[in-house]
Amino acid sequence: MMTPPASVEAPRPTLIQRFHRLSLGRWLVILIPMLWLAAFFFIPFLVVFKISLSEAMIAVPPYSPLLEWDPDSAFATLRVTFGNYLFLFESRFYLDAYLSSLRIAAVSTFFTLLIGFPIAYLIARSGPTSRTVLLSLVILPFWTSFLLRVYAWMALLKKNGLVNDILMSVGLIDEPLQILQTDFAVYLGIVYTYLPFMILPLYTQLEKMDMSLVEAALDLGTKPWRAFCLVTLPLAKPGIIAGCLLVFIPAVGEFVIPSLLGGSDTLMIGRVLWDEFFLNRDWPLASAVAIVMLIVLVGPIMFMRNGNKEAV
Amino acid sequence: MKQHSLALKLSAGFGFVFLYAPIIALIVYSFNESKLVTVWGGWSLKWYAELFRNDQIMSAAWVSLKIAFISATLAAVLGTLAGFVLSRMRRFRGKTIMAGWVTAPLVMPEVITGLSLLLLFVAMENMFGWPAGRGTTTIVIAHTTFCLAYVAVVVQSRLASMDETLEEAAMDLGAKPVSLFFLITLPMISPAILSGWLLSFTLSLDDLVIASFVSGPGNSTLPMVIFSKVRLGVTPEINALATLMILIVSIAVIAAIVIMRRQNRFQKP
Repeated sequence: MMTPPASVEAPRPTLIQRFHRLSLGRWLVILIPMLWLAAFFFIPFLVVFKISLSEAMIAVPPYSPLLEWDPDSAFATLRVTFGNYLFLFESRFYLDAYLSSLRIAAVSTFFTLLIGFPIAYLIARSGPTSRTVLLSLVILPFWTSFLLRVYAWMALLKKNGLVNDILMSVGLIDEPLQILQTDFAVYLGIVYTYLPFMILPLYTQLEKMDMSLVEAALDLGTKPWRAFCLVTLPLAKPGIIAGCLLVFIPAVGEFVIPSLLGGSDTLMIGRVLWDEFFLNRDWPLASAVAIVMLIVLVGPIMFMRNGNKEAV
Repeated sequence: MKQHSLALKLSAGFGFVFLYAPIIALIVYSFNESKLVTVWGGWSLKWYAELFRNDQIMSAAWVSLKIAFISATLAAVLGTLAGFVLSRMRRFRGKTIMAGWVTAPLVMPEVITGLSLLLLFVAMENMFGWPAGRGTTTIVIAHTTFCLAYVAVVVQSRLASMDETLEEAAMDLGAKPVSLFFLITLPMISPAILSGWLLSFTLSLDDLVIASFVSGPGNSTLPMVIFSKVRLGVTPEINALATLMILIVSIAVIAAIVIMRRQNRFQKP
């Protein structure tokens, strides 16, 4: 059980929190969601870890049991193999897939921030009515089907799609470009679909910002650009971090975007896991891929959770 | 900051065009007469008629709506409990862990969630004989789990921004904890629960990856059918389907925003 370090003073419980003190009935309220999350969120990871230590075999389910009962001696033998993990690290393919996922996710996150920041800033600085309208305009795509928004780009980026048509009629290119099924399309798809996840936390942070600080800097003769770097950016930092994590973490494991917009050579680990599971039916190896991905992402996830602690 | 205005407006404007251009193109193409999706052949509703005649899509849509309705409802109940516990109950052992379990599913890559739930269901079936096979039940459990997190976050943030004096007044007047919750807290957060329900409904309706892992044969959801069609290329029927779904979601979102705005009167001063 984790206890907060002594130096950190626990926030004083509010009146309401003291009222809902912990009795039997209240433990029931706590236990229902807690048990559900334990059963269907936490324990599944243990199962994945267990299966990542077994061997693939042709059976139902297609992996070897960890404990094997020997009918003669009445002893159980534990059969654990790290072969799946060794295989992951020995093969260039998986390492490349992890690295390329991290690269694609990082670059896309950067561009999402670049496009999202002006929008969030503009919304935070608008009047109440236009703020609601603009905010709704950001939220609407966020609620609209992810799959269909990725699909929408397929029609635009095709060889004879709208983007190529426009570029050709303007005279920028003479023959259609291959945009669909390239890494570029994957970047575009991630930036597009995850943009609302960046804008919303940025907006929340910028909205809280005290504009008089920027005005003070400007009054004292700071150039607008320097005022932005020295005042606005540091104040927006929590929002920037939250937005980047909300985009980066799921983007690393993205499956839909690389398989619809990417080419056959677009290597992303979510797609590798999918193929390993559905095409090769190698459940233990797919589990090992998942566990390593989880280890890579556990740092960013913990970091994000710390940000949420203030709210708890 | 006036000299920044134009640059800011231009770049933000570019962002909004970027957000909406693909959606608008999709809607326009759904009314295209021509079978070649990108060649304009005049306005027509024929792909909508075609869509409603497609039994595979229609039955998958029905399966998805059913799953979304049940999952959203379960997630609304469990998520409200979780959000309430996190913001209105004093610190207890495990509260930090619970906070982590509530936030982590929001960012967890779907392939990991899907794989881990499937392996859990297989292990459970071997040990207890339940759930027997995979289908609607397993998809509902999976969707409830990740939607629960969204509801909890929405409810928790509403409770945090809400004025506590009403609850304190009821407390002073001698309300029991249970009646305090049902008479004061629940009505005050009901708009948040409703919008959490709507969000869960759309998320469940949209999920491809997790459903693909935990569904059984013959239990294809709508996104699974769309994905298998779309993989082969752009089709006019899917454009029509997408337009209808965007329309429904837009109405729901606008309704949710109006509801949430009405709730502002309970906000902290």
